[in-house]
Amino acid sequence: MKRPLTALVFFIVLIAGWEFVYLRRIWSPVLVPSPGAVAYYLWQNTFMPGAPGVPNDNRWQLFVAIAVTMKRLLAGYAIGLGLGLPIGLITARFRAVRDTLGVLALGLQGLPSVCWVPLALLWFGQTEAAMLFVVVMGSLWSVVLATEAGVRNVNPIYVRAARTMGSRWLHIWVKVVLPASLPFIVSGMKQGWAFAWRSLMAAEIYVTILTGFGLGHLLHYGRELNAMDQVIGIMIVIVFIGLLADKVLFSPWERFLHRRWGTGQAG
Amino acid sequence: MTLQQELAAAPSAKLAVENVSKVFQTDRGRVHALDRITLLVNEGEFVCLVGPSGCGKSTLLNIIAGLETPDEGRVLTDGGPIRGPGRDRMVMFQESALFPWLDVAGNVLFGLRLKPGLTKRERMEVAEYYLNLVGLEKFRHANIHELSGGMKQRVALARALAPNPRVLLMDEPFAALDALTREQLYGDLQRIWAERRKTIVFVTHNVREAACLGDRVALFSPHPGRIREEFKIPLARPRDINSVGLAEHATEIMRALKGHLRTTEVET
Repeated sequence: MKRPLTALVFFIVLIAGWEFVYLRRIWSPVLVPSPGAVAYYLWQNTFMPGAPGVPNDNRWQLFVAIAVTMKRLLAGYAIGLGLGLPIGLITARFRAVRDTLGVLALGLQGLPSVCWVPLALLWFGQTEAAMLFVVVMGSLWSVVLATEAGVRNVNPIYVRAARTMGSRWLHIWVKVVLPASLPFIVSGMKQGWAFAWRSLMAAEIYVTILTGFGLGHLLHYGRELNAMDQVIGIMIVIVFIGLLADKVLFSPWERFLHRRWGTGQAG
Repeated sequence: MTLQQELAAAPSAKLAVENVSKVFQTDRGRVHALDRITLLVNEGEFVCLVGPSGCGKSTLLNIIAGLETPDEGRVLTDGGPIRGPGRDRMVMFQESALFPWLDVAGNVLFGLRLKPGLTKRERMEVAEYYLNLVGLEKFRHANIHELSGGMKQRVALARALAPNPRVLLMDEPFAALDALTREQLYGDLQRIWAERRKTIVFVTHNVREAACLGDRVALFSPHPGRIREEFKIPLARPRDINSVGLAEHATEIMRALKGHLRTTEVET
């Protein structure tokens, strides 16, 4: 009970400090709205759709934006994983692929994924495909490189032991090499997720796509309307989604790794 | 198939190593790991291969396991010449080589899942039987990293025995353990061997260990790897590694080993 309590106290103090700064009017309230105003914005857009003050066409706009963003992110990430794992395995297995595709992967992973946005727009126009492309490019290379590193770090004795027990080709890959590389793969998946998330936000802020307004767009409009409560509110939502993804997508894997391998950090 | 039928299914096999040679190409030139090795092992016999490191004894074990191929010569079991790894010859490695992503039972079941003709329940029964045999039935759901070195090797032994091989190949399985644990495992291994009667080829650089475990000890010398001498150990079992009779055999083997090392040093 002590740790959640410490965290709670920390955030209460943080918000109290914010309220204090707001009350003292150190900066203009347009630039620093009160915590209450931000909370009201979030409340209004989540629990009180169609409430007084919210235009009808803005109903559920926060939920819709979250849904639009998550759909883009999850679809792109799934594609990135689905492509990255096999490419990583092939890269680890064949020296020729490692010397070619492996080098390309390393280079492209170093490229900030927001740099794909202009290219995606020229290729796909202002469409969902462009968003998807940016997310895929953000996650793919991290997964490829992590899988490759994981496979190459598998202790060869595991494969030898498996072979003596009658394990062959596909069985060795699926039942030995893949699970043995899991610690690397999970950290690669995590990095891929982080890159994809960042690049999608950047893309949504800079590019308006009419098929759906994501969180990035709300953030952008918040700036255009000088609605600081909206800007901060959306930022908080983005932070929460990041935390939630970590807890839902990666914590179970990390706990499993920690329990089985006896390594890493317990949450 | 019942557990009893499964346990009785595979009798131990004869093993014949015929004129096996193996050369490795390293940065510093050619290493003659094995030079025309010939070795016969009877069914149910416990043979120890002893020699200093680099004498090719582990290479020979890997060739028998089918993990490496000889440059010359061949290895025969009852079933004919060896062509690659097979369930009839299981290996226990120096590091346990247990899979850290599986729990204890999962490791023992790994080979059993690949063995055709067993139902899921029979596999569980067989795994249970071998975990009992090595005294780890209480640890079936433990994770590998939670086990001590000695327990890991017990699990590795259970895993190697579970698919019911006809030959058990052991590559310095106790080298990394402390003396006390090792002594305990000598007792266990002899008890299990008496119960399961596998043909065992056991590689070690510990002469006393070889004298304690083997019916026969084959002495290797390096550069090139050759079998120099063979010793029969006619002591009664179970043997105590600290007994005087055993020490005499060990001393004899040790003296021979030192003699061969001196002559190879002169030769090279």
